[in-house]
Order: sequence, then structure tokens, then C-alpha cells
Amino acid sequence: MPTSFEPIIEMRGVETRLGGQIVHQDLDLTVMRGEILGIVGGSGTGKTTLLRLMLGLELPVRGTIKVLSGAAVFDPSRGTLQRQRSGVVFQRGALFSALSVLDNVALALRELRSYDRGSAREAALSLLERVGIGAEHAAKLPFELSGGMVKRVALARALALAPEILFLDEPTAGLDPEAAHSIVDLIDELHRELHLTVVMVTHDLDTLAALCDRVAVLADRKVVVAAPIDEVIAYPHPFIQGYFFGKRARQAFKRPLPANPRIYLAASTPPWKIEPTRLQPAYS
Amino acid sequence: MFYRSLSNRGTHAADPRAGEGSGPYRAGLVDPIVSLGSAVVEPLEQVADFIGLTGRVLLDVVGLLKNPASWPWMEVSAAVYRTGAQALGITALVGFLIGVILSYLSAHELRDFGLNAYVVNFLGIAIVRELGPLVAAVIVAGRSGSSITAQLGVMRLNDELDALTSMGISYTRRLVLPKVLALAFVQPLLIIWTDLFGLLGGMLAANYALGVSHSYFLEMLPKVLPIGNYWIGLAKGASFGVVIALVACHFGLRVKSNTESLATGTTSSVVTGITSVIVVDAIFAVLFPDSHI
Repeated sequence: MPTSFEPIIEMRGVETRLGGQIVHQDLDLTVMRGEILGIVGGSGTGKTTLLRLMLGLELPVRGTIKVLSGAAVFDPSRGTLQRQRSGVVFQRGALFSALSVLDNVALALRELRSYDRGSAREAALSLLERVGIGAEHAAKLPFELSGGMVKRVALARALALAPEILFLDEPTAGLDPEAAHSIVDLIDELHRELHLTVVMVTHDLDTLAALCDRVAVLADRKVVVAAPIDEVIAYPHPFIQGYFFGKRARQAFKRPLPANPRIYLAASTPPWKIEPTRLQPAYS
Repeated sequence: MFYRSLSNRGTHAADPRAGEGSGPYRAGLVDPIVSLGSAVVEPLEQVADFIGLTGRVLLDVVGLLKNPASWPWMEVSAAVYRTGAQALGITALVGFLIGVILSYLSAHELRDFGLNAYVVNFLGIAIVRELGPLVAAVIVAGRSGSSITAQLGVMRLNDELDALTSMGISYTRRLVLPKVLALAFVQPLLIIWTDLFGLLGGMLAANYALGVSHSYFLEMLPKVLPIGNYWIGLAKGASFGVVIALVACHFGLRVKSNTESLATGTTSSVVTGITSVIVVDAIFAVLFPDSHI
């Protein structure tokens, strides 16, 4: 459960159109500070578009979107404040294909946090190490990496900005189960260490069950329910019943839901300065 | 804009739905009206987009003037190398051949009238004022214009542009502006280089076909070629460079998430780049009609 009930993103009455088609209508969604929110929905229901709205990459036709409320009302045309305090991992990673792994991570540090070349390199290397990418891969170009490594590097790049909110678009899509599990564990660890708010789009029921405090279900162009997973499962909506009680879903939920106590460390430490020993699960 | 209708026709032919139903274009009463409408609206959208891009680049320049430490010099120098240094060979070759061709063909006419010595005037003005700038621009539009469009297009397909934006880094400042600056700087230099080889080719051919000696050619050239032509050539170069870079970036940024659109974008970029260069050239010709300046 989130430690506070302070909203960090508020979407009210949002309507979005893409190429003349209505994607969202009257969509309301609140993201709480410190939670992991999973977004699910059938394909083509605008999950990624919802993420892009929160990032300011897409503009709604109608409605309001406030990000980091209290700190600032998000102005989509500028959006700098929010952008620098949020990190994003796109579905296919979107690493800069012309830059090495190291430069991908160091770019943001140099450009936006005015690190000099040497300290950006050092910080980028320790960020990469944190997400499980050894220094021997630092000089590689993105096309030389496996799918799981691309996701990890993209995660390191997102963390380079010391974000408050982390957006993940299908973090486990296209990965083998082993790699998917380790990414899920990594996200869980990072969330606890860094006091992050995580918003993720996912198809993967395992990920939802293991990770998310709340699940928002997109159907009929709006969020039909956003609640802890057991409440969502009980919600009477044809899509939800089909999604969670299909054959595959029953297998995924056969295992008990993990106990998931969220114990936070002080959030003031930047990710690359945290000692590895402090990164162990705090509840074990 | 003829190239659009051409490329549209290409898309229709490649469209798998085109063969279905009752005709090459899906039948319907409103279809002609829709396609007429989009044929009008699309170019207007393109123009609006292009003006928007130009405006953003100008705003970037203003922003950078206020904050001079963050000029993207690394990107500029990389672009100078790719668009300029790597184009030296091909522009030299084409310039040289153009010089040879002009000199050779004019030799025939000039000899008939006994005007052999005037080949210097003719070549000097034609190459320095018109052909050098134009040939260099056509080559750069084909070489660098297409590669800039493809590069930005792939970055668009790969979500890299969105990744930059989401990090709060302006991609016009980071990707578009450096290319505009680099081409504005490189294009005049390439023109001097092309002129040099054009005149060299012309001089060699004039000696062979008309018996005009090298020393006479070199002695007469500065006398018959007012220096103003050089300046006009260089001014053309800078504006051609800006136009080519902006057009290429415009089409690169418009690429949608499919490979078809990357292909049409690259084609449109080169065709529009070359067309716009000729339009700008015509404007220069109208503004500065006198070659004795």
C-alpha cells in the first residue's frame, strides 16, 4: 500500500483523439505518491496513449491533467518541471541508437544536471551497475544488446534524472520468463529504495500480481476501476471477468499473492550513491 | 506539388487493399471529394509544419544566444564532417566534368564566330555564378538531405525523439539546429571547391579544344569575372544549405510509425530539397540580375 494518499497525478474528464478517433472519453484517474499503479486493458484501448498524456507527449482535447500537484500544475506546452522529475522506459527501450550504452545514460546527466564529463561517466557507470549492466557492456551500441539488457539500460537512463515518477510501458514485453522476473524484481527494489511512484502499462498478469499496489483497468474509453487487485478482480465488468478469469489468468493466480510490505529508505540519496548492501529487500 | 501526387500514386499501387472490391480505388461517391480535400489540405499542413519548424529553430537560436555555453558544437562539427568533408570527392569530380562539358560544347560555337578568347568570360560567369552553387547544392541535397531525413525518421520510428522530449531535451536544438548551422557553413565552402574544379576542367578543355593557353586563361579570369559573382555564389550557398537542412529535417520529423512513410519521406525530402534550392536560385537571379558587380 502507498505510504501516503497524496495524489501525484490527477486526470479529470480527459478526452483524447488520435487521427479523428476518440481514444479516451471522460477519463478520470488519480495516481498516489509512492504507489505502483498498473494499467491494463485490451489492445488498442489507449494504454500507451494514457502514459503519453501523463508525459505531456500527447495533448488531450478536453479535460485537465495535473502532475506533481501541489508542486506545479502541469502545463503541457512547457512541461519542463514535470519532465525532469519523471523518467520513462518506452516499450522498445528507445535507446539512442547512435550512442553507446554509457553515453545513453550519461547524456541526461551532462545535458540536464550539468555534470562534467568525468563525473557523468562515473555516475552513469554506477547506475548501469545498479540495474545489472556490467562495465564491459558500457561501450556497446544498443543494437548489440539483448532485449532484457535494452530494458535495463533504458531503466538506468530513466533513473539518471533522479525522477519522482517512473513510467514503464510494457517493461516485460518480449522478454523470456527469466529476464521478465528479474526486471520485475529490479523494479520492485528500485521502487522501495528510491521512494518512486511507478506507473506501468502491462499485459503480464504475473507482473501485476507481484508488483502493483493498484490496478487501473481501461475499457469503454475510460478507466472503469482503479483499485487493489483483489477488488478489481471482484468488479463486475465483462472485460475484467474475461481478463482475470481466463485460462491463463487462473494459472497465474494459483500462486498466492506475495506479501508486499513497502519499507522506504530516505529518498534524499541519489540512486548511484546507495551502497549495494542497503539494496537488499528490507523485509527479509 | 507534383511530387506529392506522384508519391501518393505509388502508395496506392502498393496498397494491398487496392486490388480488392470493385476497382483500383475503393469505390464510393465521397472518395473523389475526400481525395480532393486532402490534396488541398495536406500541402497546407506541410507548409504550416515547415513554418513551425523554422520558427522553433529560430527560437532555439535566440535561446542559445542568451545562454552561449550550451551551443551544440559537437553535433555541428560532426555534421560538418559528414555533409562537407565526405562530399569533397564527389563535388570535385562533378564540378570538373561540368567544366569540361561546358568548355567543350561552347568551343564549337565560339570557334565558328572566332570568339575563342571569350570562353574565359563564359566559363567564369557560368560556373562561379550559377553552376557551381547549383551542382554543389544538388549533390548535397541528394547525399546529406536523404541521410538527414532517414536519420531523423528512424529516430522517430524508434521513439528516440519522444525519449529526448520526455527528458526535457529539445530535439530541434539537439538534432535540427546543428544540421542547419553545419550546412549553412559547409555549403559556401563546397561551392568554392566545386568552382575551383569546374574552372580547372574548363581551362584544360579550353586549351585542348580551342587552344586557349593556361596562362591566358588564368590571367584573364580575374579581369572578366567581377568579384561580386563570387559573393553572390557564397550567399546562395549559405541559403541553399539552410533550405536543404530544414527541408530534410521537416520530412524526417514527419515520418510516421511505418516503413512506407520512411521511404516516401526520404524521396520527398530529396525532391523537395532540390526544387526549393532552384526556387531560391531563381529568387537570387531576379534580385541580382547584373553580373557586372
